[in-house]
Amino acid sequence: MIENLNLTYQDGTESLRNVSLTIAANAITVLFGPAGGGKSSLLRVLNRLNDRADVTKLTGKVLLNGKNILDPDVNPVELRRKVGIVFSRPVPLPLTIYENVAYGLRLMGENRKARLDQAVEQALREAVLWDEVYDRLHDPAIAISGGQQQRLCLARVLALGPEVIMLDEPTSALDPVSTAKIESLMQELKHRFTIIWVPHNVQQAARMADYAAFFLQGELIEFAPEKKLFVYPKDKRTEDYVEGKFG
Amino acid sequence: MEDGLKPNPILIDSHRKEKVSIWLLRLITLFTVLPILAIVIYIIVKGAPSISWEFITAFPRNGMREGGIWPAIVGTLYLTVGTAIFSVPLGVAAGIYLAEYAPDNSWTRLIRIAIINLAGIPSVVYGLFGLGVFVLFLNFGTSILASCLTLSIMTLPTIISTTEEALRQVPYSFRAVSRSLGATHWQTTWRIVLPQAMPGVLTGVILGLERAAGETAPILFTGVSFFLPQLPKSIFDATMALPYHIFVISTSVPGMSVQIQYGTVLVLLFFVLGMNLLASLVRIRARARRQW
Amino acid sequence: MIEQTPRERPINLLIKASGYSSILFVLLILFFLLREGLPAITSAELSSLFGTIWYPIEDYFGIWPLIFGSIIVTITAILIAIPLGIGTSLYISEVAPLWAKNLLKPLIEILAGLPSVVLGFIGIQVAAPLLREGLNLPTGLSGLTGAILLAFIATPTVVSISEDALNTVPASYRQAALALGATKWQTLWNITLPAAKSGVLTAVMLGVGRAIGETMAVMMVTGNAPVMPHGLDAIILPIRTMTATIASEMGEVATGSPHYQVLFFIGIILFLLSLTINVIASWVSTRGLKRSERSLS
Repeated sequence: MIENLNLTYQDGTESLRNVSLTIAANAITVLFGPAGGGKSSLLRVLNRLNDRADVTKLTGKVLLNGKNILDPDVNPVELRRKVGIVFSRPVPLPLTIYENVAYGLRLMGENRKARLDQAVEQALREAVLWDEVYDRLHDPAIAISGGQQQRLCLARVLALGPEVIMLDEPTSALDPVSTAKIESLMQELKHRFTIIWVPHNVQQAARMADYAAFFLQGELIEFAPEKKLFVYPKDKRTEDYVEGKFG
Repeated sequence: MEDGLKPNPILIDSHRKEKVSIWLLRLITLFTVLPILAIVIYIIVKGAPSISWEFITAFPRNGMREGGIWPAIVGTLYLTVGTAIFSVPLGVAAGIYLAEYAPDNSWTRLIRIAIINLAGIPSVVYGLFGLGVFVLFLNFGTSILASCLTLSIMTLPTIISTTEEALRQVPYSFRAVSRSLGATHWQTTWRIVLPQAMPGVLTGVILGLERAAGETAPILFTGVSFFLPQLPKSIFDATMALPYHIFVISTSVPGMSVQIQYGTVLVLLFFVLGMNLLASLVRIRARARRQW
Repeated sequence: MIEQTPRERPINLLIKASGYSSILFVLLILFFLLREGLPAITSAELSSLFGTIWYPIEDYFGIWPLIFGSIIVTITAILIAIPLGIGTSLYISEVAPLWAKNLLKPLIEILAGLPSVVLGFIGIQVAAPLLREGLNLPTGLSGLTGAILLAFIATPTVVSISEDALNTVPASYRQAALALGATKWQTLWNITLPAAKSGVLTAVMLGVGRAIGETMAVMMVTGNAPVMPHGLDAIILPIRTMTATIASEMGEVATGSPHYQVLFFIGIILFLLSLTINVIASWVSTRGLKRSERSLS
């Protein structure tokens, strides 16, 4: 649940203004809107990835399970294991496929081979990648295709057992086939996780949304369940954007 | 349509000037570079006759005029390794600080100014410093220890700069991903960034040590001696060293065989060029195996 | 705000300390130089110190001959190194085909790595006799020989930093010039080189710094005559630099004696000289950077 979030960057631009919304569990919430709308910034606030960036003012609360994650006594390292993120370009770490998935666990100190083997396999299966890479787990991760790499990034996050998975334009660098694979994969996963998805076009937003939020220049313009936003937009700006009049 | 283009005298003239100017640049480059080749080849040619197993492994006799240069070779090796021991951990750590930790403020600027200055201090001034601090103040005496410490500080700027540069080359996305998976700052640096930057760091270390091995002035009053009957037994002993040896035999030993001089120079050259080659190989291999 | 576990605190602190160590070392060097060298002002009477005779055995500690020795040799060296260095860097970055570049860059690196004793040795064995016979000089060990060696020692610095500067000039400049009909030479001389002006200037300054600080090569070939240079032919006569003086006389002085202190005093001068050159050089290069940022935005 995000309450009244205000975010200002150091260079004076107000990145997020008075954003409040509630993210439903076990569903896909889509944040869409033209570039610069603050969506990526919002994601980075949710896992405190911008803690050291040039943030001048951050006010408001973000409640996860009732606790404000922006409190100074919340450990960002632990938070990031609960709130995972997949970036827009697949970024395999310069390690093997196996080690990529095991990375998060090793960070926590888990080094027992049996445990790691099991966790890696489970995560890869959940990401629907196991069948494609099970025989080359110890190959460098850059050897697989773009779509596979992105699923690898997802597996990396899944291995940590998160509650929330955020995806920032995850398919923008992928071909339609890989895109479709990931979209259907996430439709499966939403039953077990809370998913926040930033699409790279309106059509994808419409496809994926259980809930939709329209962002324009840092403000949350409209929020509605199901596909209501796309069919019956209440705000003219939403309507214009959905119809492709700008963006 | 105009029929044909008559030769334009202005264009021809500037065309000629163009050719002359470009050739001038070629000539200048040749003039700069040919002597390098010439020197290397000349030393190899004139020094090779002296090189023999005995030359490399035996002690000098007859006031350095005969025999081998083994103690000088060993001395240079000791000094190089000793310098590495002090300068590499400190230099790499400082490079890590600058690339991964340092905020963008005036303190950091001050650090960079300090590094630039350390890099520019004349080697003989380092010698004076080494004399004042290590030999006298800390009472290490004229020793391998004093020389190594002096050489280490001299090598520091090179290692810091190349380490920082190598770390910066590693793409930022790795760090972002690592952090998002729950890594602390040090974990990201240690597990991902530093290993990826290793070849660059290694190249810098090799080049820094190469310079340290060839320097004379810093060790002049801190740890070398010309005539030592035996190898140094501890780090508090003085040692012989190739650069200093070359200096003395080429300027102060009457009746010194020119051939032996060239031979000694060739050994040092071999050492230095070998390190150069090693650094290049590391660089080339790293480029081929890069994972980004 | 750096994410760290309690166990990592000492590691991160060590890293920070290492970062600041360079400041410590600079201050340490300055301190010890001052400690051993400042007393020279009192022990070696100011008038002697700033006189023009350097004859320590009889308490003449005039440092001017040494300063002038360094200046003359360095200036001559730089006059040679500038065309050599800039010309070579222009060729490498603007004219040379790829195969030539791949040959030249390692060669320059080899020159950069050659120990100065080796160059000094070649100077004694080859350059000095050549100059003596070729130019009919009284001796081959002179300031000129030293200057030539220095020029070669300083050139790699000038070449690599100039080359970096030239590479930083955006390709669009060159393309625009060529599209307007300029020839390769016209482009590089009138467009690219001026655009890299501050970088090239920095390169030259750092080359000067390198030259002034060189010890062994000059010590071996300049003839070691610490006399005031006068007249235009000073360069072909033996001369001595500050660095050579320290290196050759330090071994024979008694610790704490006036001679000892004066040598340290010369060290202070060298330290301050290199400090000044480096500060100016980095000021020039950042100013150039800011200017190019402004013009390109």
